[in-house]
Amino acid sequence: MAPKRNARDSTPSSTATITTTATPVPVPTPSKSSLKNNHQSMQEIAVGIWQNYLDKTPQRTKLIDTFMAFLVVVGVLQFVYCVIAGNYPFNAFLSGFSAAVGQFVLTASLRIQTNVENKAEFKEVSHERAFADYVFGSLILHFFCVNFIN
Amino acid sequence: MADSMVGPFLKGNTGRNTRGILRLSILCIIAAAAIASRLFSVILDPWFNFRATKYLVSNGFYDFWDWFDDRTWHPLGRVTGGTLYPGLMVTSGAIYHALRALTFPVDIRNICVLLAPGFSGLTAFATYLFTNEMSTSPSAGLLAAAFMGIAPGYISRSVAGSYDNEAIAIFLLVFTFYTWIKALKLGSAMWGAMCALFYGYMVSAWGGYVFITNLIPLHVFVLVCMGRFSPRVYVSYCTWYALGTLASMQIPFVGFLPIRSSEHMSALGVFGLLQLIGFVEFVRSGVPSKQFGTLLRGFALAVFGIAFGGLVLLTVSGVIAPWTGRFYSLWDTGYAKIHIPIIASVSEHQPTAWPAFFFDLNLLIWLFPAGVYLCFLNLADEQVFVVVYAILASYFSGVMVRLMLTLTPIVCTAAALALSHLLDTYLTIKSPTPPADAALDAAGNATPVPSKKAIKQDGLRSMRQPLVGVYTTFSKASVVSALTVYLLIFVLHCTWVTSNAYSSPSVVLASKMPDGSQHIIDDYREAYQWLRQNTKEDAKIMSWWDYGYQIGGMADRPTLVDNNTWNNTHIATVGKAMSSREEVSYPIMRQHEVDYVLIVFGGLLGYSGDDINKFLWMVRIAEGIWPDEVKERDFFTERGEYKVDDGATETMKNSLMYKMSYYNYHTLFPPGQCQDRVRGVKMPDHGPVLNTLDEAFTSENWIIRIYKVKDLDNIGRDHAAAASFDRGNKKKKASKRRGPKVLRVE
Repeated sequence: MAPKRNARDSTPSSTATITTTATPVPVPTPSKSSLKNNHQSMQEIAVGIWQNYLDKTPQRTKLIDTFMAFLVVVGVLQFVYCVIAGNYPFNAFLSGFSAAVGQFVLTASLRIQTNVENKAEFKEVSHERAFADYVFGSLILHFFCVNFIN
Repeated sequence: MADSMVGPFLKGNTGRNTRGILRLSILCIIAAAAIASRLFSVILDPWFNFRATKYLVSNGFYDFWDWFDDRTWHPLGRVTGGTLYPGLMVTSGAIYHALRALTFPVDIRNICVLLAPGFSGLTAFATYLFTNEMSTSPSAGLLAAAFMGIAPGYISRSVAGSYDNEAIAIFLLVFTFYTWIKALKLGSAMWGAMCALFYGYMVSAWGGYVFITNLIPLHVFVLVCMGRFSPRVYVSYCTWYALGTLASMQIPFVGFLPIRSSEHMSALGVFGLLQLIGFVEFVRSGVPSKQFGTLLRGFALAVFGIAFGGLVLLTVSGVIAPWTGRFYSLWDTGYAKIHIPIIASVSEHQPTAWPAFFFDLNLLIWLFPAGVYLCFLNLADEQVFVVVYAILASYFSGVMVRLMLTLTPIVCTAAALALSHLLDTYLTIKSPTPPADAALDAAGNATPVPSKKAIKQDGLRSMRQPLVGVYTTFSKASVVSALTVYLLIFVLHCTWVTSNAYSSPSVVLASKMPDGSQHIIDDYREAYQWLRQNTKEDAKIMSWWDYGYQIGGMADRPTLVDNNTWNNTHIATVGKAMSSREEVSYPIMRQHEVDYVLIVFGGLLGYSGDDINKFLWMVRIAEGIWPDEVKERDFFTERGEYKVDDGATETMKNSLMYKMSYYNYHTLFPPGQCQDRVRGVKMPDHGPVLNTLDEAFTSENWIIRIYKVKDLDNIGRDHAAAASFDRGNKKKKASKRRGPKVLRVE
């Protein structure tokens, strides 16, 4: 456990350096006007964000993000099914969909709370506490969903 | 001085412990006072909840959930399990079983009677916690708890024996807000989940949960608009919404409402908004740029506009249920009167009269604005909540008397904030005479002054005396003693209001005799007891819906309509039967298998809450369904007066309600002196004639009159003919007889 945390702790310092190096990258290319910047390099910005994300994010956060992406896919799938095939067992659809949404939101909360940049906001929420809260919330969520599914 | 003796207990670690113990004991005393002040008179009042609880305790939870009640709303019955808020019954059922498990042999009735006072003690504690989150001053919470414990605005719905949903709902309301503030402050998902759980409990207990459903999103929305979005807001709100909505959908009565009805859409909208903002913030963390902020706000507002437009579109197209009538009446106080008389007819739904604020909150109502102002001075996220809550609740409490209940907690909190600020300022300021360091432990706002004064030490003599203004013992003493007097008067007022206005249960009327002794008028219970003993087990009683629960609970007889006004048409049917001529009413009563009709008549005693005074509502409600057969206009005289004496209209005189009320009434008085003491008019000398009903019972003070519906005539005459035969009116009978004869000849 300890070495991992060390690794995580070391990431922000590296991210800091990366951001400083990353910010100049888009700046020189569209040197003339910032307005043009908006239109011209949308793609570049997107790529920049993606690259930035890949470099910056700790491994654990990436794991969380993958899970969130998966939940989005599940939610969208259910919604599409509901639109196409009708919402007949409405209880079932609703509990499935809200399970996806709720879990997404809870995971997002976990991600926010464990994000090092938000340390100042969450003085009283340690990472372990955040994870315990996450488990607590998920338990309640799924209890309600199972109860609601009929 | 005593300081040297008490000193060691108030300093350092021991000091903290002493203060903790003191605070705890003060809270206990407050809770005890809150409970005690609700025990002026103990009579179990709302009988339906009690009946439901008994059912729950004797049949178990699952039977209760599926309970179909065939003894109300005859002949329809009521799916009770799916149309009530079960929180109250489940709570008392749980307490009952817990005490049983601890081998305390208690009766469920005692639990029901004492539930409201017990929970009021908890409410005081919850208010303490809530206020403590708002203020750093330790006295604010205690003051708020004390206020909450004795404020008449809350006592009105929580005296012992008032076993109603509000009994536990206010505690849940305050506690939900406390957990919400806690979640927001810490950004903790656990507190958010706790908030959701208590919100779910609240949903199961009271329809007023919609207030929370709208207040929390509004708070968040205001925070976002003020540019105070933070990850904490996201975590707490999203956790609350995702879990709380699911929790609320577990209650069958609420069901899919949270995603269908417009009342809940603001919460959903803010949830979506937060997702967008969260996403944008996330993207921004990748692209640091100053312009992003403005871009973000424009983007968020645009999306919000689109979502709002979409919501309106969906509402118009009918996908989302439109706002319910009860909700419209919150915005337009005249709406209910025109469109939904059944709502407007409840006295609790009337707009609040101004004196009611002072009556219910007294001292607190003028401290309230000061408290809100203090929140502006030090505007953190939680103070924004107080401000938003204060504004919203003030508005709603002005619209409906009943919603005074939701205003009371925030008034107590705000008043406590103001008062504790005052007391802190005047009590803890040390006189800054030794200018150097004595002021160190004085309150914060006192510190700048002495340093300034200290410089002028060698000026004029009056200047050298720095103790001008608030530092003198005199000013301190006067302000503090004035406040104490106010508080004492407040306590007196609360006691007076509680004992006089709110402790009189509706089934027992108390009045003062000329010599000052109390006289109890117990007609209701007398009549219900009569019903219980003299009628068949399944005799159907028709009465106006106000008495439905009481008849069901105290007389244990099936009723046509009761206080759960779920079927407007059925109520209108009763209204029609009451307001039509006998020939029209009788078939209606036969069709509904009515055996007895019960009315309340206050004419003899001067009891103003009787059925003749409520009569116009019956007419209006009936008119809403049968505009052709019942017309409100017909009950007013040419000059637009509502009269019951000689000048009453024919429709009025022929209506069943009028006849039942005044039947035989004139025989009580010597000729020419018959008087109705509520309306204050002289009644005509011969009373109305009743053909289809028999007077079965009239209580001691004539408050309750019960009539038996006659069976069909043995030889097929109509009742008017039969009655006139019995009276010996040969002529009428003969003319009626002649008709058929002629027919036979043909």
